[in-house]
Amino acid sequence: MSSSADISRPKPARGNIASWFYVSPLVLVLVPFFVVPILVVLVASFLENDAYGGIVANFTLANYASVFTSALTWKLYLSTIKFAVMTWVLSLGIGFWIAYFLVFHVRNQLLAIGLFLLCTVPFWTSNIIRMISWIPLLGKNGLVNSALMATGVIDQPLEFLLFSDFAVVVAYAHQLTIFMIVPIFNAMSRIDKRTLEAARDAGASRLDIMRHIVVPLSRNGIALGSIFVLSIVMGDFFVVKVMSGGGSASVVSALFEDIAVLQYPPAAAAAVVLLLVVVVMIALILRTVDVRKELAR
Amino acid sequence: MNATQASIADLAKRTRRAAKYRDENRRPWTFWVLVALFAAYVLALYGPMLCIYVLSFQDLRGGLVFPMKGLSLHWFVDLFTQVRTGDVKGGFERSIILAILVTVLTVVGSFMAGLAFRRRFRGDGIVFYLMIGSLVAPGLVLGIGIGLLFQYFGLTASWYTSALGAQLSWTLPFGVLVMFAVMSRFDRAWEEAARDLGASRWQIIRMIVIPILAPGIVAVALFGFTLSYDEFSRTLQTSGPLNTLPLEIWSMTLNVTSPSLYALGTVTTLASFLIIGVCLGAIAVMQKRRSNQSGSQQ
Repeated sequence: MSSSADISRPKPARGNIASWFYVSPLVLVLVPFFVVPILVVLVASFLENDAYGGIVANFTLANYASVFTSALTWKLYLSTIKFAVMTWVLSLGIGFWIAYFLVFHVRNQLLAIGLFLLCTVPFWTSNIIRMISWIPLLGKNGLVNSALMATGVIDQPLEFLLFSDFAVVVAYAHQLTIFMIVPIFNAMSRIDKRTLEAARDAGASRLDIMRHIVVPLSRNGIALGSIFVLSIVMGDFFVVKVMSGGGSASVVSALFEDIAVLQYPPAAAAAVVLLLVVVVMIALILRTVDVRKELAR
Repeated sequence: MNATQASIADLAKRTRRAAKYRDENRRPWTFWVLVALFAAYVLALYGPMLCIYVLSFQDLRGGLVFPMKGLSLHWFVDLFTQVRTGDVKGGFERSIILAILVTVLTVVGSFMAGLAFRRRFRGDGIVFYLMIGSLVAPGLVLGIGIGLLFQYFGLTASWYTSALGAQLSWTLPFGVLVMFAVMSRFDRAWEEAARDLGASRWQIIRMIVIPILAPGIVAVALFGFTLSYDEFSRTLQTSGPLNTLPLEIWSMTLNVTSPSLYALGTVTTLASFLIIGVCLGAIAVMQKRRSNQSGSQQ
């Protein structure tokens, strides 16, 4: 696989100018709207703020000191990482099996594509609206509670369904499982089905096939999906705020509160720390897989 | 001796198992478990959305939960006329215009970047990792940076400048990743054939690459539109005084507790479906035209 990619990619020196021309729109967006803003945040994190929400150009480490000594920071990271891990496990668990089902169990290819599209259509609609749509279901007088009460399973409405950590994880999984399904589906579609047949003929059990063929060969898709899911959850504050009913916070929601009262330098320090955490997470995932080769294959 | 017997027994077991798998008509029990999982997933995916579409058609007495009270378009009228619900109409217009701008720039930018990344060039690794960085960076952090940057240079943040750039920093890397996947299915031999026949670089792109990749390009456009139309965290700090639709919805979720919220959900979903329909229609027309062309040439 890798050798064919390398052969189709010679390394001609004269191509450099043309390549840089082609990539220039991307660079022209990334520099002013990613690189420079990150540097601005980095600089601001070392400055002082005055009483009026302005920034004073005095070097200080106080912002970082307060980030690292505050008990709140650790609590926020704990809660955010808890949500990230729970969402990751849930979306991977569901996404992997949905993709597996579509690729290996649905024998009619047209039907498989149709079912795949059925999974992707909600992605094109508003995430916020999809999140809100859990309210009539999970609320105190919502459908789930009504149904459970009507069937006599419970006699008091369950309070933990909405505006709780449970609701937050449900909303995340609802929004993000598709980010797992698509790359894993893509990776699994490239597995030659004859490999599985050969394994079966050689007497491999279902577990063997899964362990030695399917999982290793869809590893890249899993990694790509994980990058999406983890980075979105780590950067979110909207879902946490609305679905927890204000009961839970995330790193970014605390950041948002800081900005609301114009505390830019402390917010910037917290932002830099968060950015480092996310980069380390993503870098660890990228170590296990060459995303670029995977995509360009 | 014993080892041989054991291995023969094992072989027999494996053969039986293989024979069982060979039986094409028999579905293993795992199939039915996965069918159930898939059905549950689709139900969870669509069920809640259908609930709010239905609930948005209640009349004046309507609440946020079932049972449905009455049947009217009251909350749709309410949505576009009440001050309380904010500037939904303006937000809607701005979001559509912004999404179109983002879509066009994303398609052009990611197509060009896709062409560039087909071969190695000096510094390609840096550009690639910057792109990944931009994709995974928490949106609010970027938003703060862009906001401070504009403030520092004395520029006024607005939805068509700072928010446009902020959104592109997310849609463009996404578009490029999709473009990678699209271009990996492009056979370089076609391009080489065109070059051998004397086509210029621009002719190759215009007459070979773009027509062949057209469905993929439409897919990128669809991604660009949706990601922008729905973008929240990067836009929040960068949109300036006028809100885009997701920001309007955000403020509504905090202070509106009427089915107006659901009516908004129904309206935005209809808009999304309209866009999907147009895009899929465009793909279908392109495919048809291409198959007609190849048919007539043969």
